[in-house]
Amino acid sequence: MAKTQSFFTSLSAGRLAVIGVPYFWFLLLAAIPLLIVLKISLSEMESTSISNMIDWSHGWPRLTLNFASYQFLATDSLYIKTYLSSIKYALITTLLCLAIGYPFAYYMARSPKHMQPTLLMLIMLPFWTSFLLRIYAWKTLLVSNGVINNILMSLHIIDTPIEMMNNSFSLLLGMVYSYLPFMILPLYANLSKMDMRYLEAASDLGTSPFKAFWLITVPLSKAGIIAGSMLVFIPAVGEYVIPELLGGSSTLMIGRVLWDEFFSNNDWPMASAVAVVMILLILVPMGVYNKAQAEQMEGK
Amino acid sequence: MATAPKETNKAAQEVLLRVENVTKVYDGTVKAVDDVSLTVMKGEIFALLGGSGCGKSTLLRMMAGFETPTKGKIFLANQDITNLPPFQRPINMMFQSYALFPHLSVWENVAFGLKRDGMPKDEIADRVEKMLSLAQLNKYAKRKPHQLSGGQQQRVALVRSLAKRPQLLLLDEPLGALDKKLRETTQLELVNIIEEVGVTCVLVTHDQEEAMTMASRIAVMSEGYFLQVGAPDAVYEMPNSRKVADFIGNVNIFEGKIEEDEPDHVTVRCPECIHYVGHGVSGHPGMDVGVALRPEKIMLSKDKPNSDYNWCAGEVIEIVYFGAHTTYHLKLDSGKVIKAQELNNTRDLSCGLTWGDRAYASWNNLAMVVLTQ
Repeated sequence: MAKTQSFFTSLSAGRLAVIGVPYFWFLLLAAIPLLIVLKISLSEMESTSISNMIDWSHGWPRLTLNFASYQFLATDSLYIKTYLSSIKYALITTLLCLAIGYPFAYYMARSPKHMQPTLLMLIMLPFWTSFLLRIYAWKTLLVSNGVINNILMSLHIIDTPIEMMNNSFSLLLGMVYSYLPFMILPLYANLSKMDMRYLEAASDLGTSPFKAFWLITVPLSKAGIIAGSMLVFIPAVGEYVIPELLGGSSTLMIGRVLWDEFFSNNDWPMASAVAVVMILLILVPMGVYNKAQAEQMEGK
Repeated sequence: MATAPKETNKAAQEVLLRVENVTKVYDGTVKAVDDVSLTVMKGEIFALLGGSGCGKSTLLRMMAGFETPTKGKIFLANQDITNLPPFQRPINMMFQSYALFPHLSVWENVAFGLKRDGMPKDEIADRVEKMLSLAQLNKYAKRKPHQLSGGQQQRVALVRSLAKRPQLLLLDEPLGALDKKLRETTQLELVNIIEEVGVTCVLVTHDQEEAMTMASRIAVMSEGYFLQVGAPDAVYEMPNSRKVADFIGNVNIFEGKIEEDEPDHVTVRCPECIHYVGHGVSGHPGMDVGVALRPEKIMLSKDKPNSDYNWCAGEVIEIVYFGAHTTYHLKLDSGKVIKAQELNNTRDLSCGLTWGDRAYASWNNLAMVVLTQ
């Protein structure tokens, strides 16, 4: 009796340890840094340092909150414009990735089973080269005296180089190119698991293959579409490297503003406030969406 | 050979489905269906019965249009539908494990086929209501398939396939996903609904009980071809081969040679006993035959029968109690084990036999079937 009991207590301790590891990881590397950022965003610039975040001078901990950074964020139209512009570019990137990635993933999922690992490998192949290098490579392709313009000019298709760099075209091209695998992989995982009998049932009930795609395949892959879109949209909103290298000064992205606040202006409270608002902008729609999903699953 | 009485009635009726010499070859070598022909009459429930891999599902899928025959033709109401895609056939199928669309409600599932036909909205609503009440599902109309029990899902699948009023309904293992108790009640519900609608059915099953209780005719399939086609009682009582006898129900087969061959009787000498069969058989003296005897047609007794024929003796080595009946396994003197089924018509477990007892098995001279194949 005593033996079995000790067995179960040790089991639950082991279980606790296993479950505890990711929680500890999350706490240490996500929750605490986020709280620090939140705190910095609510401080004054002069008093900003990790050590004096909490004031002990009165014998008990005291938090002083300062909303000045947020006030400034709301009044300066530059920030609002940049947020909107970031969201716009992220949305366009997501839609383009979906439009290109869905047929891609569909084709992969319907390929013969022995071909699928090879196709999957091809999708992941770019990851073998550094992300930064690949973005630089695009630069050499797109600039006025770059590879594409040179070829087109030597073939006398164009007389003057096409402006492809430092505009929204180069920005979107770079973003779509970089994030496409993150759209394809969840979509492929979803589509390859799809039960073909649903399509047979649809066909049996008088649905042409084209209609069956829109009525059955697309709705059933909704989870994959959402997962892929989130994986593309969220990092795209805060993207820094691609706008910096390909976007030029005309494309406003919040990632670059963030960089400037932190490292050019050295205004940590302001930079933190920009970051917090960006996280909220992403988290709030996600939360609303998740809640709606959960309610739908319960069949309300 | 034996013709079931039902078949002669059906001959006067209209042929709905005609399958002509259909063969399906996979990968150039594997013959899933091998030169099968069959006709299904209007209003009939026809069962394709066989073990897994016998080709019954492939045949059904060719009727639905999901597979095209390698050779042969399929006609529906005299129209060649061999190469018609599934979505253009007036045939609907109830899928094994149902294939209900998980993202649509019960109502939308049933309406799915009607919407594709461009039926006016109010007519669709009417038809769906009718279908749901047929299956007593009205109050579940708004639920998603995963919120229903297995039996309810099965009924949704049935009325979804009936909603378009197909000329032919295909049922692929319709009760396969249900547990035994539910199967019995659902089986009757299913037949009632089908009969109420009056649709012609082709049903695929590996369960002989399901085939026998639901179908008006059964085709027993093995290795891609039909072993026997006939009414359930004909297939059960007059199997035409050892395979059919063995597949449908339990059977004891005695191997022997024909000794006397008279128009009104035959005797077959087997190592265990001499069978006196009370009717003529197409064979000749000295021919090797099998004598099939169903366990429920054997009577067991402790006393030696007073006859030269149709009995054998052995030791009771196993008793399996089923409630309504008990099956005794009898090891004969030759070493062969036969099964005999005794009805438990009193509560004191009838013939009083127990393990190790010597028992005599005897049977009527019309109880057995002589199998030449």
